[in-house]
Formats: sequence, structure tokens, C-alpha cells
Amino acid sequence: MNTITIGGKAGHGVKAAAKLSAKIFSDIGYYIFILNDYPSVISGDHNYSKITFDKKEIHSYYNDSDFLIALDERTLKEHKSEIKKDGVVLFDKNSFESNEKNHFGIPAGNIVKESEGISIMRNTALLGAFMYVAGIDFCVLEKILKKTYPSNAKINIEIAKKGYLYAKDNFKQKLKTKKIGKPKKFLCGNMSLSDGALNAGLETYIAYPMTPATSILHYLAGKNNVKTIQPENEISVITMALGSSYAGSKTMIGTSGGGFALMTESISFAGISEIPLVIVESQRAGPSTGIPTYTGQSDLNFTLNPGHGEFPLVVIAPGSPEQAFFNGSEALQIAWKYQLPVIVLLDKHLSDSSKTFEIDKKRIKKINPKLSKGGKNYLRYKFTKDGISPITFPGKKDTVVKVTSYEHLENGITTENKKDIKKMFDKRFEKIKNFEKEMNNLETFKVYGKGKNVIVTWGSSLGAVLEAVKEIKDVKVIQPIYLKPFPHKSIKKYLKKAKNIVCVEGNATAQLADLIKLNTGIEIKNKILKYDSREFEPIELRKELKRWFK
Amino acid sequence: MNLDTNAKITWCPGCGDFGILNAFKGAVKELIDEGIKKENIVIASGIGCHAKIVDYVNVNSFYSLHGRTIPPLTGMKLANKNLKLIGFSGDGDCLDEGISHLIHAAKRNIDITIILHNNNVFALTVGQATATSPKGFKGKSTPKGSIEEPLNPIKLVLVSGATFVARGYAGNPNHLKKIIKKAVKHKGFSFVEVLQPCVIFNNSYQKLSKTVYDMNKKGHNINDMNLAMKKSEEFNGKIPIGIFYKIKKQTFDEHY
Repeated sequence: MNTITIGGKAGHGVKAAAKLSAKIFSDIGYYIFILNDYPSVISGDHNYSKITFDKKEIHSYYNDSDFLIALDERTLKEHKSEIKKDGVVLFDKNSFESNEKNHFGIPAGNIVKESEGISIMRNTALLGAFMYVAGIDFCVLEKILKKTYPSNAKINIEIAKKGYLYAKDNFKQKLKTKKIGKPKKFLCGNMSLSDGALNAGLETYIAYPMTPATSILHYLAGKNNVKTIQPENEISVITMALGSSYAGSKTMIGTSGGGFALMTESISFAGISEIPLVIVESQRAGPSTGIPTYTGQSDLNFTLNPGHGEFPLVVIAPGSPEQAFFNGSEALQIAWKYQLPVIVLLDKHLSDSSKTFEIDKKRIKKINPKLSKGGKNYLRYKFTKDGISPITFPGKKDTVVKVTSYEHLENGITTENKKDIKKMFDKRFEKIKNFEKEMNNLETFKVYGKGKNVIVTWGSSLGAVLEAVKEIKDVKVIQPIYLKPFPHKSIKKYLKKAKNIVCVEGNATAQLADLIKLNTGIEIKNKILKYDSREFEPIELRKELKRWFK
Repeated sequence: MNLDTNAKITWCPGCGDFGILNAFKGAVKELIDEGIKKENIVIASGIGCHAKIVDYVNVNSFYSLHGRTIPPLTGMKLANKNLKLIGFSGDGDCLDEGISHLIHAAKRNIDITIILHNNNVFALTVGQATATSPKGFKGKSTPKGSIEEPLNPIKLVLVSGATFVARGYAGNPNHLKKIIKKAVKHKGFSFVEVLQPCVIFNNSYQKLSKTVYDMNKKGHNINDMNLAMKKSEEFNGKIPIGIFYKIKKQTFDEHY
């Protein structure tokens, strides 16, 4: 396993260079993980990415680096302590000087000038040099540049080649990296979730820009098979989405904590009006504006109880881009079958970090909605055994579809009659009872490894936990994926038998531990909580876990 | 065609909403006779006295939240372009709680119709000043008189980009019916302000019946923005009703 850190100023193309280097290793068969770290600044401040690659699947970034590619001097200062013994630094020597051992200066600035490129192409020159030092065939990068920059391929290849040849003439090779398999694919959580929703028939995506959910809007806006809309605010987003779903379009919306807060009145509306809707909440570190471009898992309680009044809803928290695909697909289908709001809870780390995985198409679930043909006697809120009133949409001959935010009768007309009110309440909650049965067919939680001890975790923290336990014996990891309804029976069964339990989550108040106590009666006393807005790192986490597990 | 539902009408006797309901049902019947399919009509409302109208008309309906009449209609139009979408909103609903949606819908020129029940008061919450209450309005929350100048809804939607702007009077349902029909038939964002007396908190029947006049009878040029803006400022003595402004422009939904 090796890790590359690439850093520079915002605007230096750090993220693009990270993606290119991940592609280099993916194309020759390696598994990768990319972490992007950037402040809430458009240009100037320090950005960096960490790319870890290995022959086996990896679930997290690692901090300590074998290579540091520094586009500016600050990158070297900030990350010097993370360089492993014998680690190599590749830097632009036209930008600053460093004479230490294993610090390889490349005249990237001059190479770009010579080839009449633009300054952002310095990263291409450094990547070219990296290809030599990492011992990878240059044609791997050449192919990628052709694909990535179809109109600028020639100049990029020229600059990369010069970097490569300069390294060859001046430095020694650190690795020999051979092709080990077929090219692999990697994707971040936001894109993978979007792909899952598209797979389930997503037709409309509505969002107001908010980090870290924004890239869903960007990704889907580039697709031809889905409508994307960017309205005036989050209240408009969710009410527009309810109109869209009411008219029959499979609709998803996305935001972060602050935008989600603005939506809450309408989540309650979706609950009473039984309009299907998927809401993606990608958590940032809060409270309030908080730390906008950094991560956290502090919105769990908020999303479990997101609206006034009582109504059924589903909350799903995938722990990897792969799970985000399946959960995205399930969320849309559950929303449409059970006609309720479904919240998919992500966070910056999951939304933004990329990982190698493959989708096993056989695992994609098909959950069919209950449709009605309409007709003169159609009742939008018809009482049925399972509480699900077959749905239809405006535009059907002889059919009147009335939905409402008021408590209502079967025909959708307002009522204040106490018997009718109770009956309609029971009908709505009957749906969730039926969904709980359906949960048996879904991956509502996952158990990794074997052992008497148990680590419980959720969301993006899963990745670092799975890496950390690679060197801890006699421990299994339990990850609840469906958080509402909570798969309490199964989780309780595992926890009851556990010798020692530790809960790992990215918040200050141990919200998952509370949820487990509420649902199983089991109190988890040992907690590792991180609320400095940064992701768990496997090596650091392993040290902490070893306090409980040898 | 019977457009009634079995819901009990709970407006106060003499409420201006009855005039709007009758005008709207008349307009819908004629629009259906002229070929618009009943199943393609969807009405929406916010919350307030105006909003109850969706329970009283037997067509597809979306009874939304306070201030949120407009975004759901936009969502519906993009989901199904065949739908004829008409939203009812009150002055508190449309110009206080949900004013951003009105401005943006007009700016986008989304093909929907908004009918503003303007009674210059929050009636269902028993009488507070709204964005259109006149300065000095004495309500329960402004016992010494409102200290704010009122908004001019016609002017607001004109500058926001609405492509059909009109005003009707709840006390003249026949004229209002014709205006609603034209608004629904207009391709683009159409806005109809309805001057609506509130018999309990702002009974303006006598005053309005004497002061409103049909501006279109006197040869008002409806394609002239400057003239429309000037007309929107006429409040003293005579109040114009009819079509202020109408132009053709590409609609938001045509881009999808």
C-alpha cells in the first residue's frame, strides 16, 4: 500500500491532478481511495488530496505518504511530517527550493513556459516526473491525458513527457509498478448515489447549491436523462419537488444541514400528504454554517426527527460509495412504494471521497409501487389493508387527485372530525409496519469480520474502522445502514453476545450510541468520538481502538 | 357540469371568496367547453381563507403550505407539460410568507396562473396587517395603525417579468371570469390580482363597487410596459381593473 499527497493553492488544479494520479493506478489494476481536503475558498488557500493505492480493496485514505507532490512551498511545510522514511518529495523548483534528501525538484514552471502552456499545467509536468519515480510506463499517463483533455491532449502529453524525461535523467526510481489487472472504476459517494437513483428511474433532481451536496447537482445537470432545476431557495426546492412527484415524476432533492433545516416544514407536509420524495442530506461539520467544506456526522438526530407532528419516514445512511449506489436506488423505490419521505444521510467524506468498487447488478433490488388506473371513484387516500393507497397522477381521464397538507378524508378533502383523524393517522403508520417486513429483504445493516468484541459505526466512519481492524484480532464491525426504522432485533442479537463494544462516530454526543440504546436497551459506554471536522484516519483510530482491544 | 365537492363551505357569509369561486368555476366550465381537458386542470393554494377554495372545486388539487402555492405548480409543469396549472394565493401567503417564489416564477415566466386574493388583511388569523394593508391599518397587531407602506402587487410582478398581468374584482364575477380565462389561456406566467373585500376585517364592497372601472374599455394598450406601470399606480378616486399588460415570451418549461 502506498499513499501520494498532492498539494497546492486552491486554483492550482490539485483535485484534477489527484484524479489523474488515481486513474494511473486504476488503469493498471490497482484499488484506490481519494480524499480531497479544501477550505471554503475559491483561489489562494491550501488544498490537498491524498491518494492511496493497493493491490487489495481499500476503504479509507491514509495520512502517511510515500510521495508528496508539492505545487507550492506551503504544501511541503504542511505535509513534511507525514512523509514516510524514504518517502519522496516531487516539487516545482521554479516555485521554491529544497535540498533535502529525496526531495526532487522539477523545473515545472519552465517546462510549461517552454511548451507555451498555462500555469495550471505545472501539475502535469510533476505527474510526468512522478510516472518515472513510481516506475510506471509513460504510455499509461499518455492514454489518460488523451481521454481527459481531448482538445488539449497534445500540449499536456508534451509537458508530461518533459517532466518524465527530466526525472529519468536526474532521479532514481523508487518503485517498479507493473500492471496487475484490468482497469478498475472508482467513484465518489455523490456520483454513486446519483447513479443508483438513476438506475431506479430518477426523472427530476432539484437543489440549491450547498457544499458538500452540490456535486450531485453538477453531475446530474450533465446527464440528458434527468431534469435538473436550481430554484430560489431550499423551501422552493422541496415544495417544487413535491409538486413534481405529485404530477408523477420520480424526484430527488439534495442539500446539507442548513438547507435541510429550511426544508423541515415541507418534510412534515410530505408525510401527511403521502407524496413520495427522496431527500439527500450530506452533512458538513456544524452547527450552523459550521465548517462548510469539512465533514461530520452530527445531523443524525436531526434527520431522524426532521419535522413537526408525527409521520412515518425512512432514514438510510450508506457507509461507502458502493452502498450509496444501492441505497440511492432503494430510497427512490421505497419512497414510491410507501409514499413517504426517504432521507439518505451522507457526509462530506462520503460525498466527496472516491473509492474503487464494482456494482454487482444482481444485488439491485426491485420494489414496485402500487399504482392505480384512476377513474370516477378514485380516492387518493383510500383505506387499504397495508395502508398504501394506490397512487395515480393528474391527467387521467375522469380522475380527480386531491392532495393536502391538512388532515383529510380518503378523497383528500379537509377534516377536523376526530374519528377520521385517528383513522388516517393509523393508515399512515400501517405503511411503516409493512415496510419493516420488507426490510428483511434489504441490507439494513452489515457485519464485517468475526470476533467476540464489537465495533459499532455508521456512515463514512466505516471506512477508517475497516482499515483499522485489519490489525486487531477477535473483533467484528457492525454497521447499521437503515437508521429509521432501526433494525433493532438483529443489532440487539449481535450486541447481546458481544464481550466488549465500542462505538465509533463523527460527532460529540454519540448519537448512534443513543439510538442503539433507545432501540435495544443496550448502553454502549466505550465511545470514540471525533468532532474536529476531519475524517477518522486508520492508523490513529487503530491506536485508540487498541486501548480496548489488544 | 357540476364542479362542486361535498365539502362544507366555511367562508363567512358575504366573503369576497364566493365571488372568486363562482368566477373560477364559470371560467373552468367554459374552458372545458372550449377543449381544455378537465383532467389536466390542477389547482393549488397556500394557507389562509383563500386556500379553502381547493376543497370546493372538484378538480385535481394540491393544498400546499402557507406561502408555498407557486413552487409546487412549477414542479408539476416540468413533470407534465399538458397540465393547466392555476394557483390561488392570499396577500399574506403570496406577498409576505412566499414573496420570493412569486418574484422568481415571474422572472422565469413559468407557464402557470396565479390568482391573488387580495383582501389586505390576514383574515384566518383574525385580522393582522399584511404586505398590502394600507399605512395606518388598525389590526390586532397594529392597534395604533400599521407603520409600513403597502406593496403594490401589480407593479411588483410587472418589474419581475410576468407576461400577463391583470386585476379583477370579487364583486364583479362576470368580468373576473373573463380575466381568469384569458390568464389560463396565456402561455407564460399570468398573474391576476383580485380586489377582495373581507366582510369581517376589511369590508370594502361599497368603496370598491364605486371606484373600480374596466380599463380595457377605454382603449388601454396592453403591450405597453410604461403604460402598465403608470396604470398600476392609479388608486386615488378610480381603480382600474382588467388587463394591464400582456406580451409573448419564451417560457421556462419550454427549455425542458
